[in-house]
Amino acid sequence: MPEPGSLVDRHVGFVHALREAGVPVSVAEGLDAANALRVVELADRESLRAAYAATLVKKPGYRPGFDVLFDLWFPATTTGLRAPREEPLDPETATVEELRAYLAQLLTDGGDAEMRAFAQAMVSRFGRQQASGPGRQNWFSYSVLRALSPETLMARILREVLAGQERGGLAEKTVRQRVTSGIRRFEEEVATDVRRRIAEDSGVERIARSAVRPPLDQIDFLRVTKADLARLRREVHPLARRLAARLTIKHRKGRRGRLDFRRTVRASLQSGGVPLTTHFKPPRPHKPELVILCDTSDSVSSFAHFTLLLTYALREQFTKVRAFGFVDTVDEITKFFQPGADVVEAMTRLAKEADMVRFGRTNYRHSLETFAERYGDAIGPRTSLLILGDARSNYQPPALDLLKSLAGKARHAYWLNPEPRQQWDTGDSVASDYATIVPMYECRNVAQLTAFIETLA
Amino acid sequence: MFDSPADVTERLAAVDYLSDDAISTSVFLAAALGKPLLVEGPAGVGKTQLAKAVAAATGSDLIRLQCYEGLDEARALYEWNYKKQLLRIQATSADDDIFTEEFLLERPLLKAIRSDRPTVLLIDETDKADVEVEGLLLELLSDFQVTIPELGTVVARRRPYVVLTSNATRELSEALKRRCLYLHIEYPTPERERDIVLSQVPGIRGDLAEQLARTVATLRALELKKAPSVAETVDWANTLLALGREELDEATVAGTLGVVLKHAADHTRAVKELGLPDA
Repeated sequence: MPEPGSLVDRHVGFVHALREAGVPVSVAEGLDAANALRVVELADRESLRAAYAATLVKKPGYRPGFDVLFDLWFPATTTGLRAPREEPLDPETATVEELRAYLAQLLTDGGDAEMRAFAQAMVSRFGRQQASGPGRQNWFSYSVLRALSPETLMARILREVLAGQERGGLAEKTVRQRVTSGIRRFEEEVATDVRRRIAEDSGVERIARSAVRPPLDQIDFLRVTKADLARLRREVHPLARRLAARLTIKHRKGRRGRLDFRRTVRASLQSGGVPLTTHFKPPRPHKPELVILCDTSDSVSSFAHFTLLLTYALREQFTKVRAFGFVDTVDEITKFFQPGADVVEAMTRLAKEADMVRFGRTNYRHSLETFAERYGDAIGPRTSLLILGDARSNYQPPALDLLKSLAGKARHAYWLNPEPRQQWDTGDSVASDYATIVPMYECRNVAQLTAFIETLA
Repeated sequence: MFDSPADVTERLAAVDYLSDDAISTSVFLAAALGKPLLVEGPAGVGKTQLAKAVAAATGSDLIRLQCYEGLDEARALYEWNYKKQLLRIQATSADDDIFTEEFLLERPLLKAIRSDRPTVLLIDETDKADVEVEGLLLELLSDFQVTIPELGTVVARRRPYVVLTSNATRELSEALKRRCLYLHIEYPTPERERDIVLSQVPGIRGDLAEQLARTVATLRALELKKAPSVAETVDWANTLLALGREELDEATVAGTLGVVLKHAADHTRAVKELGLPDA
């Protein structure tokens, strides 16, 4: 790869890096971006960023990765720290206490430009670490954050801003929220500048590959972090709505409803008694019923978290949903997901009250038996059965016949498995055996869940 | 249409739409490159309003196609006037050509294409329409033309400025996205929201607007079923003004929370999280 020199090289390199990071950029879109470059002010960096974003990034999930790469390919020029309002502050000589005071001020009412300049100055002061080998140095964000420890500023800012007001109330919440988002911004600016400096030392391509996290819809359900969960929750809701719509549409096709004789005759009066337009009675909307069986054991705990999210979201979409959680034995968990209930609260109550865990190890046979015995009549000819689990039964017999009779009673049955297909049938997994009875889909991330919903159509 | 993103910002501000860098650049690019603009984002951040503002700022006509489930060609594009055709056949001889302009009923898309005046075509809530409608839009959006089997191809006399909006309840097709510029509007920063309140609600004090914007930002950070929209912030400001409240203290918030939160569960959550007195 040649050293990016001219604008065209830089553009091509950038588009290339986006594709490598998993952002699909078609040739036509690349051309659009190049065209956009001719009409925007190139010196205005935010305008350039917006132009690239408008032409290349067509999904919010790709945006964080895009921003990281943009900052690498079109780095901000370092301008140095402008003097704060009152007394001038020299970032190289000021004491840590003075710097923290300045940061505290930025966190409550700092503009983006000031924040960025300060972050850059701090990286150049604290972020450098000598590495092995002569003349080599590395840049780190953690040393900057350790030196300034922005998290510990909260108490002091609260004290100053709230000055005498009652604590714990609305005012405090508002300030906390503002400071927290300020700290996030500061951390991001520091990380961006650290990446920029590493890129300067060792080339953009090298860092680009490691700097970008996979887009949200490709994050593995089994490896979800807490921060991702909140964002996943937002992704899952619309998907549940689509799933509900898909299951409904299946029945609607091919049935237009009965002829509305009265309306047809009335309409024909306008055309001299010739019934040109036929009117139909609106088809009676099919109310799909859904039964969800989800594995909530520890081995799939983050997946369980997601399945519960999906359950919750589906609960709001379907008129009749019954959800059952199982580990060793089964319990109905529908009541925890009342439409309109609070999802976070539902999860906590569920963990406390539901009777699912006896020995904490998944036992599919026992779970299926209990289910058939206690709730077997939940499944009828109008039910869709959705099973969510990894089909790992701790070497217990899988009870295939039982599953067959359950699936046979339902209208459709689907199984979503959070494990990669290669790991099916390894160890205690009996995935393929179950898959012969109920169609099983690998569902490890939002993209695959979306694909599954598409196949239902 | 516009000279530069700065020009966009200025002219949108003149019709009371406060834009930011990303919005202005995208609006400008859509005009400069002659491409449709797909706007996504949560409900109530001003997506539809943006299209209206562009129309007002440029003195264009606004043609709106509201999408919904079951929207079809006859409602979106054109339809033949059967009754008129039938009467014509009955009145004259049968070999009369009944597929001519005279019998064509224009629907929003065709109307936008055939208009001589500068036009902003707003295709609202595209995600609500069925997938087939997207197919219908593809020809229109890439070539600005429409093919009517009986008449031939109708090419735009003057390219409309197209804005599509979507709440992303359904992923739009790749083909559609490829033809559009993309703009994702998020909730405004508290600073921008304060300015929006100030411009929409004359007579409100600056510090009250600021307090409102910050409180709404806090509410949005809670995990609510329906986060307050910008329009609701403005409603809230109006409410406070009508009640003659000078400050947004806890009792006031608790008493007027219904203006911004529309679910009982959200209400309970906010009261609990913010430590408000029970209203």
